[in-house]
Amino acid sequence: MVWAGLFLLAPMIIVFIYSLLVKGVYGGIIFEWTIKNYERAFDWLYLQIFYESLKLATLTTLSCLLIGYPVAYVLATATDGMRNILLVLLIIPFWTNFVVRTYALKLLFSEQGPISRIGISLGFWSEPIMWSNSNGMVWFGMLTNYLPYMVLPLYVSLEKFDFSLLEAGRDLGASAWNNFWRVLIPLTKHGIITGSILVFTPALGEFLIPDMLGGAKVMLMGNLITEQFMKMRDWPFGSALSIVLMSVVVFGLVTILRMWMKEETKLRPEKI
Amino acid sequence: MERSRPSPPWFVQSITALTFLILYVPLAVLVIYSFVLIDPSSGQTLFSFECYSQALQDDELRKALNMSLWVGLWSTLGASILGTATAWALDRFSFPGKQWLDALTLVPLVIPEIVMALSLLIWFVLLKFSLGSVSIILAHITFSFSYVVITVRTRLADFDHSLEEAALDLGATPTQTFWRVSFPLIWPGILSGALMAFTLSFDDFLITFFTAGVGSDTLPIKLYSMIKYGISPKINALSTLILLSTIVMVVFAFRPKKIGSRQSESLKALG
Repeated sequence: MVWAGLFLLAPMIIVFIYSLLVKGVYGGIIFEWTIKNYERAFDWLYLQIFYESLKLATLTTLSCLLIGYPVAYVLATATDGMRNILLVLLIIPFWTNFVVRTYALKLLFSEQGPISRIGISLGFWSEPIMWSNSNGMVWFGMLTNYLPYMVLPLYVSLEKFDFSLLEAGRDLGASAWNNFWRVLIPLTKHGIITGSILVFTPALGEFLIPDMLGGAKVMLMGNLITEQFMKMRDWPFGSALSIVLMSVVVFGLVTILRMWMKEETKLRPEKI
Repeated sequence: MERSRPSPPWFVQSITALTFLILYVPLAVLVIYSFVLIDPSSGQTLFSFECYSQALQDDELRKALNMSLWVGLWSTLGASILGTATAWALDRFSFPGKQWLDALTLVPLVIPEIVMALSLLIWFVLLKFSLGSVSIILAHITFSFSYVVITVRTRLADFDHSLEEAALDLGATPTQTFWRVSFPLIWPGILSGALMAFTLSFDDFLITFFTAGVGSDTLPIKLYSMIKYGISPKINALSTLILLSTIVMVVFAFRPKKIGSRQSESLKALG
């Protein structure tokens, strides 16, 4: 309890207080109340970065869902032996060091990397091409990195799903699409929501992937905040930015949970 | 319990196959590149162990590895004790502010890592706490203890309380009851939480990046700065070694689980 208060709650409060202070020289602060940091955070320049981060996080979440659902479905319907193998195969990259994984992607698409070289030998392009340093690469990196966060909760949901319901649906004349949309999706909603939260939250504040795969071209919230702390030494402004980031996350979570609860109450009468 | 499960449609299967391919191609390339040296003059690729000997001779890398292990060990220990105690308190006792603590333990799971990283940095600086291995350990305990709380609480939730009552009725002291009955029952939960905590600690980049001072680089931080400097063959070898140890760990982690369930099964049979 003391620990949680000392290392979780207190630092959070301090960040909030910092965000209302003035920046001093050399990373210091001056105790003077101001809301200038927030005004600056809503500058057009930073709003754009914010918009880009939101867009990328949303795109990552949706694509993880789109790809993760089939994977989880295969996991849930596989035989015991096969499932264990697939689970281990899924967990190995998941547990592999984050820096190593991101580096592997960088290497794959680098000038010296196999794609660049194979392209040369096949005559697609004549000189080494650097594929990293683009928005697409950052998205691809996020997708492969966060996929297990989506697949595992979905798998847990699908594992509990009673597949004879699909048969019942079919017998009662539901098309495959209807069966999927009206039976499978509503009953695995819990996994979909958990997975989306687990992907969206870290994706929004991601630093390492855009930093390594985006080069200097891709600037997202995570990079902006880190820069304020490490390079600019403007801690109050960095704090203000992170408070804004936090608010977006909390707002997102509350919205999702609200929608979910509404759906729950909507679904109930149908079930009876 | 065997339920009939439909085999997935072909496109679902092919998406899955493609996904695993995408996950493994970069890792495979990494392993292949770690055995390859590109001759700068002719551009020819040669098979060699040169990368490995370079990586193993690097003193700074060894220092970073030691630091990672040291931090991992202490933060795991701290997180396990703290997490178990918190889970126990939340499960057994009611006290003022319990709901708040309950919510607070979930905070590290839902806030963006970067927010936690910078809040800890500001906090340490404000307290004039010098940044180094101790600050990293404290930070790691903070984000990993939630996982121990969750795994231990799951264990406590399907815990048969009559077992404890029976032990007390049969004349065991509360201490004996705890160590002989309760503790062995929640042990698998502590173990999987601890495993998780160690993995998270060893893997962590961002929080360490913010809370590490000069000269206390952990392996991921060292790796990151090497990559920033440029792609070198050493990195390939080191990354391959990390990948290999991860594979060993995953395989190991999937084994004790079986033993754990066997233990609980035999306990159920006895009960």
